Amino acid sequence: MSLLELDGVKVHFPIKKGVLFDRTVGHVYAVDGVSLKVEAGETYGLVGESGCGKTTLGRSVLRLVDITEGSVVLDGTDLAKLPNEEMRRFRRRLQMVFQDPLGSLNPRQNIESILSEGMVAHGIGKNQEERREKIKAILERVGLPSNALARYPHEFSGGQRQRIGIARALVLEPDVIICDEPVSALDVSIQAQVVNLLEELQEELGLTYLVIAHDLAVVRHISDVIGVMYLGSLVEEAPSDTLYAEPKHPYTKALMSAVPVPDPEVEDRRERILLTGDLPSPANPPTGCRFHTRCPWAQAEKCATERPELKDVGGGHRVACHYTAEIASGELAPTRPTGIEAVTETEDALVKPAEGEAEVPAALLPADSTTKPDAPAVKEKVPAAAETPGDPAADAVAKDQDAATPEASGKGPAGTD
Amino acid sequence: MSVATKSEKIQRLAELTATKETGTGASLWREAFRRLKRSKMAIIGAIIISLFVVLAIVGPYIAPHAATAQAWRGEVFPNRGEFVGPRGENWFGLDHLGRDMFSRMLIGARQTLLVGIIATMIGLVTGFLIGGISGAAATLGGDAGKRIDSVIMRFIDMLLAMPSLLLAVSIAAIMGQSLTTVMIAVGVVQIPVFARLLRGSMLAQGGADYVLAAKSLGVRKRRIVVSQIIPNSLSPVIVQATLSLATAIIEAAALSYLGLGNPDPAIPEWGVMLTQAQRFFDNAPLMALYPAVGIIITALGFTLFGEAMREALDPKLRG
Repeated sequence: MSLLELDGVKVHFPIKKGVLFDRTVGHVYAVDGVSLKVEAGETYGLVGESGCGKTTLGRSVLRLVDITEGSVVLDGTDLAKLPNEEMRRFRRRLQMVFQDPLGSLNPRQNIESILSEGMVAHGIGKNQEERREKIKAILERVGLPSNALARYPHEFSGGQRQRIGIARALVLEPDVIICDEPVSALDVSIQAQVVNLLEELQEELGLTYLVIAHDLAVVRHISDVIGVMYLGSLVEEAPSDTLYAEPKHPYTKALMSAVPVPDPEVEDRRERILLTGDLPSPANPPTGCRFHTRCPWAQAEKCATERPELKDVGGGHRVACHYTAEIASGELAPTRPTGIEAVTETEDALVKPAEGEAEVPAALLPADSTTKPDAPAVKEKVPAAAETPGDPAADAVAKDQDAATPEASGKGPAGTD
Repeated sequence: MSVATKSEKIQRLAELTATKETGTGASLWREAFRRLKRSKMAIIGAIIISLFVVLAIVGPYIAPHAATAQAWRGEVFPNRGEFVGPRGENWFGLDHLGRDMFSRMLIGARQTLLVGIIATMIGLVTGFLIGGISGAAATLGGDAGKRIDSVIMRFIDMLLAMPSLLLAVSIAAIMGQSLTTVMIAVGVVQIPVFARLLRGSMLAQGGADYVLAAKSLGVRKRRIVVSQIIPNSLSPVIVQATLSLATAIIEAAALSYLGLGNPDPAIPEWGVMLTQAQRFFDNAPLMALYPAVGIIITALGFTLFGEAMREALDPKLRG
């Protein structure tokens, strides 16, 4: 049995309106049915673009947000059903490292006070002396000087602050640490240090991590298993190397194709899948497959009506797509322009925007402008793509791109009009 | 040579970091205090305030004459418009009943300060309790807490909707004419200000990451409020309290001016003195000038200090 098991977790936030008495007018489906298992001593990486619900999922494990439905089982105990006081005591076993190192530390408490807060709450250590000894040992372990005790968070650098955040989680000797974007607020050089520290601590203390991040390189580096989230649910889950080597879900393919390659020649020629439209609103998610409004391989039947389940396709690789096999075998051709051909053939025109986008893995920009100028068959599909939600925004982005690509500028808007 | 300079540089860098790493840390309060000490405004304000406080404490003892002594009654004729201005024996002259103005000013300082402090304390303590309960309920109490907060805040809105002077006058009308009434009336008017300020500040802090972090650590709710949210919500309340001292003194003077102050002649108060002086303003403007200037200078002192505190505590200046 896995250490941490999530089964059908849903977190729906009510949207409330009203002057005197609030009434619920709808829900934001932040997390909508996620099931995953984290093995003891493993690192589970959760990736996805901004707003896909990965942070909410992380918080729901600690019950920092209310779980609407489903169960979170840690070592045989269903946290979703625990009474509040028991949940509070259970938090000792589940800790969290936050994204913003400064914001997550109380500016009016010194380091000793910050680190002993949790110990006091759980009755660890008989007196302040005993707690101080423990804090000193942990500070040393995470690479902070012991004279840090009397100092305040604003007196430390970003990397040091994140170490304090990690130390705060460690003093409680938890089983699982949820790292919510642990390094995204840090400089790249500091990122490596913190990631290495997390790995060392895992080896030494046998910790289990649930790492939430949008940086694909970081996630790949530290994760054993990776789950890809899109609009509140998992679309694909696989051991880290497998996922990067052969992504099967169309969304994962697009996500992976956004990672820049350090070799300029390969970078010029590599295939890129550019998605159309924006992330749909989680308050009004599309029917059927959540991704069908932007999927290059979307089919007329099934995709818009039936929600695909995560299915094991072998080797612990789970994919939530009706047509996994067909897409993999090439049997199904993309029904929307993907930008693949454009990238390979009209290199000059596309080098500029490609460079600009490469830095933002989650920015899966619309592909309207990148349609190959001399491919009328593909171009006719553009109006269909424009029917997706978030259409005006997509058009605006498309026009920006047109301006940047002189060759396409004449054709792009003509195709859309 | 370049190697030498490089190693020197490293040496210096090591020294710099070493000095930075020794010693205790500077809390935000201490840094705010350091900024306050550097502010000219704060120093001027502090000097005025301390002079006023010293005066309030020792005033009655150093006053050359008693507050009710009418030794020069025969020299003042209000009906004929004959008054006595400043002279060697009576530095500030005499009032309409032939009492020494200078002595009355000295003795009155204590009452004026007491009115300011007690009225502000009434407002601060009550407002703090109401705002604290409301803020705590709204941030950590869940849906039920939000409802409690809503009810409390509508009540506070009601208080806030009433014109403050009208509210004070009605309280004074109910409770009768005395200094206590003035203090309570002025204090009650301040309650909604403090309550709203603390609640708003707590709501802003309640969503902060460190509160979430404390929750995830398993810290009890009561402790989160006391040790995490409230210490971070205090700054604006402290500033408001300092500024309120100034307005409380002015408002108390205003109420006294309307005739709601203490009528006891043995306990002079600047606001009451101002009221009495206005009847003879045509013939003896100086009689009104002394208490008025006294009130203005004290209020200015508190305002200057309060403004300086606001700047010192402003987290945006945190470097």
